[in-house]
Amino acid sequence: MSVQSESVEIALDFDWLIGMMAMIGVAWERDGPWVDGTPHGGTIPACNQTGTRSAAMTATAEGSRAAAPRRIERKPLLRSGQAQGLALVSPTLAYALILLAVPILVVVAHSFWTQDYLTIDRSFTLENYRIALTEPIYRDLLMRSLWISLVVSITTVVLAYPIAYFISFHGGRHKSLWLFLITIPFWTSYLLRVMSWKVILGYNGVLNSGLLALGVIDEPSTALLYNSSAVVITLTHAWAAFAILPIFVSLEKVDRTLLEAATDLGDGPIRRFVRVTLPLSIPGVVSAILIVMIPTVGDYVTPRLVGGKDGVMIATAIQAQFGKAANWPLGAALSVTTMAIVTAMAAATVFLIRGAARMAR
Amino acid sequence: MPDKTMIEISHVTRSYGPFRALDDATLSIREGEFFSLLGPSGCGKTTLLRMIAGFDTPTSGTIAIDGQPMDGIPANRRPTNMVFQSYAIFPHLNVEQNVGYGLKRLRLDAAEERRRVDEALQQVSLTGLGKRGATELSGGPRQRVALARALVMRPKVLLLDEPLSALDKKLREQMQVELRRLQQAVGITFVLVTHDQYEALGMSDRIAVMFGGRIAQVASPKEVYQKPVNRQVADFLGGMNFVKAEVLAENDASITVQAPGFGKVTTEKPPLYSRNGAGATLGIRPERLRVLWDDATAPHQISGTVVDRHYFGEITHLIVQAPGFEKPLSVSETNNYGADDIPVGAPIRVAYDPDALVALAD
Repeated sequence: MSVQSESVEIALDFDWLIGMMAMIGVAWERDGPWVDGTPHGGTIPACNQTGTRSAAMTATAEGSRAAAPRRIERKPLLRSGQAQGLALVSPTLAYALILLAVPILVVVAHSFWTQDYLTIDRSFTLENYRIALTEPIYRDLLMRSLWISLVVSITTVVLAYPIAYFISFHGGRHKSLWLFLITIPFWTSYLLRVMSWKVILGYNGVLNSGLLALGVIDEPSTALLYNSSAVVITLTHAWAAFAILPIFVSLEKVDRTLLEAATDLGDGPIRRFVRVTLPLSIPGVVSAILIVMIPTVGDYVTPRLVGGKDGVMIATAIQAQFGKAANWPLGAALSVTTMAIVTAMAAATVFLIRGAARMAR
Repeated sequence: MPDKTMIEISHVTRSYGPFRALDDATLSIREGEFFSLLGPSGCGKTTLLRMIAGFDTPTSGTIAIDGQPMDGIPANRRPTNMVFQSYAIFPHLNVEQNVGYGLKRLRLDAAEERRRVDEALQQVSLTGLGKRGATELSGGPRQRVALARALVMRPKVLLLDEPLSALDKKLREQMQVELRRLQQAVGITFVLVTHDQYEALGMSDRIAVMFGGRIAQVASPKEVYQKPVNRQVADFLGGMNFVKAEVLAENDASITVQAPGFGKVTTEKPPLYSRNGAGATLGIRPERLRVLWDDATAPHQISGTVVDRHYFGEITHLIVQAPGFEKPLSVSETNNYGADDIPVGAPIRVAYDPDALVALAD
């Protein structure tokens, strides 16, 4: 059963990776140095190769039609879109298999073994899963991680939707400029962005000094940093662009004539939004939620830096098992459990939102 | 038919910067009328339709529907409904939900809503397809859904924005007949925008022909075709032979001109005719020039030579060069008597009725 959810997880993760790559591609395409490295640079020679190959095949086929019937049979295969497509994705596919699927299989294998001081006992056991699911500390950390990621993804999407809506419907000629501006925070590293939230939320931070200067508070608040809301704030900001882009894309696809039709049939702007725009942008909302939710469950850096004791998440515990505690099998079992639960949660989200959209009609 | 005015458009102008998409349009459309706005692309017909619907606002001038001025009334509160060129069918809803879309807001009880949706589906012959996904349908049925969705609202005015342009010829002709039948059955005022003269001629009670943001002529299909006010209108509604003529005399009702080939002709003066120097244009439709076979004669005839011909199945267009005429004449003759067998280069005689000659403002 766990193996099955594993493969679902891989597939989801893979989709997510492709989505991320495409977005980073969009963000960086304007920037000179990356142009050579983008997939665009890579596809052109590949296309040429295929073109030359099929041309050669045609020549061979015409030259010796009677002598080499087998080659004639093979020609449609090489020319087929499927074969070309496979040739184009194979480097990425190989990369994904070696660096994604294999490590995950190693982790899954470990989760059924036992740490025996310095060696690994390779007899099959479910003990690690028992510990992962029943020990209060792990259960609580897991619940907290899931809760935080759920809150983060919902907050992010709620905040991102109006921005995406504004760019799509009121961006006018400057749509690409707006999208470009949104990617600007991503020019600095993730770590620096998290650190700057520390500067904003800290005891002597920007927010506290500002509120002090305004006389709203008498002494700096310690409630801002080192708790789960600090984690939520930081992650929401960090993932905003990844939520804005898919929502923007799905809003762009909404045929504007449909909105006129809804108006013509008597809907005011709000009804029209609820009955047409929102249902048609649901695919973007679903992918935004998934894009934010899946990686935030396992986030390690943010809780570590701004979470304090109150904001510790499951990734910290997993890291401890692979590090100081030196219990790889337990760490592996915790990872696999997390992945399985995230998969279930992602699937539940998709069904819930689709169902809600159907109800709204 | 009662002559009550349904839509009153007075001095409506729509400018985009220095460009005038619609220039001082004044028009009144009667209740229960099938009215067409006909013209080439960019003539302002769609702009006018969108202003009636409320999707666009006049720069100056007023539009009133059923006596109510429409200034400041948004599209969703106007007694009009529209059939869009792209149909604008909601892809996330099925046929029934599409048709019932506008009724939801009226909060009818379920049975009444059901009854009205079924009635509308029946009117457009889509009974039984209600549960079908709207995106599964092809062009023809989609169009019917768009029509039913607007009709179910029982608007005072139904606006149609080139509704048939995406259909193939056969289906288009069939829909023309159905639209006309439907309009007569429901008695709603239809305003159709089209660039297809046959569509406008075949369906409308009256037509407004538009060019470059201005309304050139408003009249019945027959009048627009037979008595076009100017060369542009005449040319847009099917071909016409034009001959430069010299004005000999004119009074309030008629005009007498001298034209090479036709001689001295007195005809009705076009309503908007204004004297433009000493010249005028005389026009005659190609089908009003009849081929004279064998030794038949007619009081008014022209002799010439066939220089080219174009075969169109039921008719043939013969291009005839005749002495005295600056340009060759186009003659349209049915193939019932063998017009398609007349060889290029053959001598030919054509007859005309002087009543078919019209003087045109340039």
